[in-house]
Amino acid sequence: MSVATETAAPAPAPTKKKRSRLEHRPGLNRWLPYALLAPAVLLELFIHIIPMLVGIWMSFVKLTKFFIANWSSAPGAGLGNYKVALDFNNAVGQGLLKSFGVTVVFSLVTVAFSWVLGMAAAVALQPEFRGRGIIRTLFLVPYALPAYAGILTWNFMLQRDTGAVNHVLNQLHLTDGKPFWLIGSNALISLITVAGWKLWTFAFLTLMAGMQSIPRDLYEAASVDGAGNIRQWRNITLPSLRPVNLVLVLVLFLWTFSDFNTPYVLFGTAQPPAGDLITFHIYNASFLTWNFGTGAAMSVLLLIFLMIVTGAYLLVTGRRSRRA
Amino acid sequence: MRETRGFKIYRGVTLTVLGLFVLVPLYVMITSSLKPLKDVQGAFTWWPSNLTLAPFFDMWKTVPLAKYFVNSTIVSVAATAFSVAIAILAAFAVSRFKFRGRTVFTTTVLSTQMFPGVLFLLPLFLIFVNINNSFGLQLVGTRLGLIITYLTFSLPFSIWMLAGYFDSIPRELDEAALVDGCGPMGALWRVVLPAARPGVIAVAIYSFMTAWGEVLFASVMTTEANRTLSVGLRQYSTQTNIYWNQIMAAALVVSVPVVIGFLLAQRHFVAGVTAGAVK
Repeated sequence: MSVATETAAPAPAPTKKKRSRLEHRPGLNRWLPYALLAPAVLLELFIHIIPMLVGIWMSFVKLTKFFIANWSSAPGAGLGNYKVALDFNNAVGQGLLKSFGVTVVFSLVTVAFSWVLGMAAAVALQPEFRGRGIIRTLFLVPYALPAYAGILTWNFMLQRDTGAVNHVLNQLHLTDGKPFWLIGSNALISLITVAGWKLWTFAFLTLMAGMQSIPRDLYEAASVDGAGNIRQWRNITLPSLRPVNLVLVLVLFLWTFSDFNTPYVLFGTAQPPAGDLITFHIYNASFLTWNFGTGAAMSVLLLIFLMIVTGAYLLVTGRRSRRA
Repeated sequence: MRETRGFKIYRGVTLTVLGLFVLVPLYVMITSSLKPLKDVQGAFTWWPSNLTLAPFFDMWKTVPLAKYFVNSTIVSVAATAFSVAIAILAAFAVSRFKFRGRTVFTTTVLSTQMFPGVLFLLPLFLIFVNINNSFGLQLVGTRLGLIITYLTFSLPFSIWMLAGYFDSIPRELDEAALVDGCGPMGALWRVVLPAARPGVIAVAIYSFMTAWGEVLFASVMTTEANRTLSVGLRQYSTQTNIYWNQIMAAALVVSVPVVIGFLLAQRHFVAGVTAGAVK
């Protein structure tokens, strides 16, 4: 305690060193931080938290279009909406299950694809060379582009008769004829390509930023010890990026799993079963049939699933890093 | 990393493949916007043989693009302005004060960023409809509804990033301002904010990008009166024709300001993301 030395000075309010003086005005401090937070809290409550609670309530009532304007009179449904959504013998449940399967495949492949490309680019751009800045900037363009502008361009490129993709494939003699990309079973490949086109640049941006904080002497020391580039990547780059990767992979997964823009702009309302991602499915289930109760039940199931996955992920990765 | 021959080959191949992957769509977008309609309706060609600027003029007539532009601009600018202002206040509180509920606040706010929009789209839509029925305040089909909604989308990330920025500004600076007779708000305004300018700019660009590119809520909350570009560009597909050349021209014009803004601020952006990820 350095108070003793400071009392000698004629300070009106003796302060401990290192602590901000903002914290030492008890009267003001009690309410000021809350006042500063109030606008953010109120808006988050209004747009996110309250609607989410309302959504949970909605999943337990029969909310069809007749009750939209007068929703307090909607009859209770108990677990009815959940029964409909999870009854895999009828059409609604089957649709949800298939959509869930498609989304799992889509997210896992897209995350892996984006991470691998992002890592490949970040490693290639790690040592300085002429033109590095320009290439880095170029690689960030897909991320900066408004999502719909990029997806619309891909939509045009994936057209069967007039698109660039079939043109290239035919020129390279990779396909006979002209496959459909936006309907039928190829829709999933299209979704992964288009979503990955934007997302890998985010992985790149994050990994590149993470690599900047790895001390160079680590690599130099490893070189002296005779470690080649691949071993340096495995033994230095990967372990150093571990905290970045943990967050990155989770964020990429949550984003892709709830991706709405890509299927919506790529397919419109005519969603092919192979490209029926879960958010898009819930959206269509709610707004095409105006059956909000079932849609809300599906949303709650999605939320529960994402929370379980996130929780399990954090638990497993947390335990592993404690052991390490 | 040593620049061995193997590494140079790896670098050359990787950057060429990824460069093509990024560039081809951009190239298609630009060249298709310079083709007449019949050329984009026929087989794809790499080079626009009949160069024309007509799509850039016609696109304003085929759909009311100017109106969508105005809507998107007003909505995005307003959402950005409010979002940044609110985020600055909240980040200042998180960074400079110790108070009860601080951790609860930061974790709750950050976790809302992670929830899929479809979770609160339906209820929010219904809340808006019912507010209109009970109080006469119209939020569906108006810019106000979009502004309020969008500003909350960028808020969590903005608060998180700005709090990180504020943390990196030495507290001795605020204390000096307090000694000079400023209140806490004066210290924020005169000392902390000027020092955090790069962070504020990065957050503003992020907020603008979020609002400018939003599709899901726009598809439900907009009517012809407040339609934004993200949904408006779909109108080029009519029953009879899909005006791909005009779509590409419009997509290009819509993207240029955002892309330039982002690329100018990318340094600050990267710094903000890293600061957060490392924490």
